[in-house]
Amino acid sequence: MNRRSKDIVASKLMLLATIFSSLVIFIMAFALFQRSSPILGTQSLSELFLTSSWHPTKGEFGFYPFVIGTLSVTGLAMILAIPICLLSAIYLAEYAPGKVRGIVKPLIDLLSGIPSVVYGLWGVLLVVPLIRHYVAPFAGATTTGYSVLAGGIVLAIMVFPIIISVSEEVFRTVPFEVREASFALGATKWETVKHVVVRKALPGFLAAIILGFSRAFGETMAVLMVMGNVAKAPSSLFDPAYSLPALIANNYGEMMSIPLYDSALLLAALILLLVIAFFSILARVVLIRVERRSV
Amino acid sequence: MLRPHITIQKLNVFYRERHVLKDITVDIPEKRITALIGPSGCGKTTLLKSLNRLTDLVDGVKVSGNVLVDGINIFDNGIDVTNIRKKMGLIAQMPNPLPMSIYDNIAYGPRIHGVKDEKKVEQVVEHCLQAAGLWNEVKERLNEPASKLSVGQQQRLCLARALAVEPECLLCDEPTSALDPISAQYIETQLLTLKKDYTIVFVTHVLRQARRLADYVIFLYLGELIEHGPAETVFTRPSNPRTKAYIEGVFG
Amino acid sequence: MNKRKLEEAFFKGLMLLSTSIVVGSLLAVFAVVILKGAPALSLSMLTQTPKGGYYLGKEGGILNAIIGSLYLASGATALGFLLSLPIVLYINEYAGKSRFASLTRLSLDVLWGIPSIVYGAFAFIIMLYVGARASLLWGIITVTLFVFPIMTRAIDEVMKMSPFKLREASYALGSTRLETALKVVTRQTLPGILTAVLLAFGRGIGDAASVLLTAGYTDSVPHSLFDPVATLPLAVFFQLGTPIPEVQQRAYASGVILLVLVLLLSIASRLSTRRFVKYVIK
Repeated sequence: MNRRSKDIVASKLMLLATIFSSLVIFIMAFALFQRSSPILGTQSLSELFLTSSWHPTKGEFGFYPFVIGTLSVTGLAMILAIPICLLSAIYLAEYAPGKVRGIVKPLIDLLSGIPSVVYGLWGVLLVVPLIRHYVAPFAGATTTGYSVLAGGIVLAIMVFPIIISVSEEVFRTVPFEVREASFALGATKWETVKHVVVRKALPGFLAAIILGFSRAFGETMAVLMVMGNVAKAPSSLFDPAYSLPALIANNYGEMMSIPLYDSALLLAALILLLVIAFFSILARVVLIRVERRSV
Repeated sequence: MLRPHITIQKLNVFYRERHVLKDITVDIPEKRITALIGPSGCGKTTLLKSLNRLTDLVDGVKVSGNVLVDGINIFDNGIDVTNIRKKMGLIAQMPNPLPMSIYDNIAYGPRIHGVKDEKKVEQVVEHCLQAAGLWNEVKERLNEPASKLSVGQQQRLCLARALAVEPECLLCDEPTSALDPISAQYIETQLLTLKKDYTIVFVTHVLRQARRLADYVIFLYLGELIEHGPAETVFTRPSNPRTKAYIEGVFG
Repeated sequence: MNKRKLEEAFFKGLMLLSTSIVVGSLLAVFAVVILKGAPALSLSMLTQTPKGGYYLGKEGGILNAIIGSLYLASGATALGFLLSLPIVLYINEYAGKSRFASLTRLSLDVLWGIPSIVYGAFAFIIMLYVGARASLLWGIITVTLFVFPIMTRAIDEVMKMSPFKLREASYALGSTRLETALKVVTRQTLPGILTAVLLAFGRGIGDAASVLLTAGYTDSVPHSLFDPVATLPLAVFFQLGTPIPEVQQRAYASGVILLVLVLLLSIASRLSTRRFVKYVIK
């Protein structure tokens, strides 16, 4: 084969691979939809998601506890993570001396590489007992420690890296001229950061939060290991809860032996796919716009 | 008799290893327009930006010498930099509106310097936009983002914004070089009006502009102060041959 | 002015506090896991597979999981690379700035955010469809799917930055696009490729949700692609779930092994990129 035909063949193969990568998500969504259609056929969406009774053997599939479980632990994680990440990102982008950045940034990278089972393990070893023996009694509650609070804390730490790294990059794209304008008017560094940098970087920061939210929403193992997995919507931070990913992970073994169970669990997977894909696209489009404007 | 407002004594500025400004000693007269002229890259902008210590923001800059404003050295240890910058308004070469509405751009300065009364802020905004000659064009749309203005309008916005903090001096870095001729003329006219109340220093590499506006001229070449004096004198009877050569367009 | 300085000092304090919390949690995770797990760590843990009664506290180790994870991660990384490289080269060298390239990048970014459990569920559906059983092969396929978007985008970020004059020089000498892509651009991007590969390998070793449904679990080292395979994350998970203290201790030890492996990969990634940067044109 001469050079030119090699080039052509290779480019066709590469194109194939590239097209495949764009189609994967649709293929996955389709497959999940196919397998979850039986259960979608038996009940309406509002019945499925607003009823709380989850008894697969009796054919009852009320997803409500899991939706609330996932939302509450993800929500708590975001409430904990957002202020910490915003302040850290500002510090790293605007205030930290080069040496400090050089140490802290790799450490944050390292945080993002830790497997979720290890976070779960850590949660079981430290966070759960801490809540059981110190936090709950202090708040006047009793709990085994396996709770929404435990899940929220562990999940917050897991999303620190993504929110901080994306935000920090966005802050650094704010051009020098705009900062200079603020300084020339006699503003302090903090005033410049507060009124000018953060304002300019706001869309990018929101995108970072959305990415963090998506990551937290889909997190499986760590949450499974520390939330207690009780199929009842939690009424307090100290109650145990059950998230959608944990539901799938815990019960895949019995999926095939109970009618409609596989359909239900795969519906849960489909929901995860759709919600996360939606938010990811939103966040990425915002980030693309931010990048384009700063060029 | 020209009273000095800013006294520069033996000012040396280094950027990394480059000696950008060498032993500059000169007085800037009060309530006059002083032009900093010279070929590109000779330190004019650096000199301008040292006067309000914006040079502090750049890594690798070392400054020695004194700059006295009304007798106080701006490089003294106990000095509050934000106060200095309030006194010295700066207008950059490329308009740099803040990411806010037109109104907020002007209001930003007064607000951070402690003006709480919103009525007063409103007055200041209107007054400064008038002084910059922009009021009539924007009074109906003060809440629109400043980025929607044309480049010429943005530069006048920056002028209004600088006036809003009630500075004593206006430092202008090639304020019209990015503008169309009509906007440029507008700015020049405003500067001529403003000099009754403010000491104005502007950098330009367009000699005709310097001739039009300047009362006093400082000529910098390769970081050194070659000559300075009243505009009339420097332009018609320069004492230094290099000044003469530059003015006649031999180089630069 | 004092009030403004005070406000700045206050927020600076909060910023330092926040950053310390972030760094502190990292240290806390390492400290707690290592402190609890190191005592249970022994040579036999690393070199033996579980013998009879292992799960009741008797002898053995998790060699099955260590080797299993290594096989799986290597297979997935290799397969993922075979998929990633053509894609990255295509969107950089052939499609350039077209909308197709931007769309592909967007799709990859979306795939990057999909949790591994969804990939596991999807692969499970395919396995049911073709009648396959949980095995090393399917574990590899699932992790490949999970990992290739990460690898592709990581390499892409680096390749995007290589200067155009490099390609210009190559084309000026009469090379085809393929030759430029493979011989010049890839070499320039080598540090980035290496980092991406190590990153993917780390994800492959550490992820549990994707292999939970697809790779099975076993006490022995797999002999073929069709055998089920044990993985380190699942070893931690399953051992933790037993009521027997000795086995739980072993779970902690397995956690340490996993953590140390990830740490080593991270360090290796930083060190090796430095070595390979020699030939890169800035």
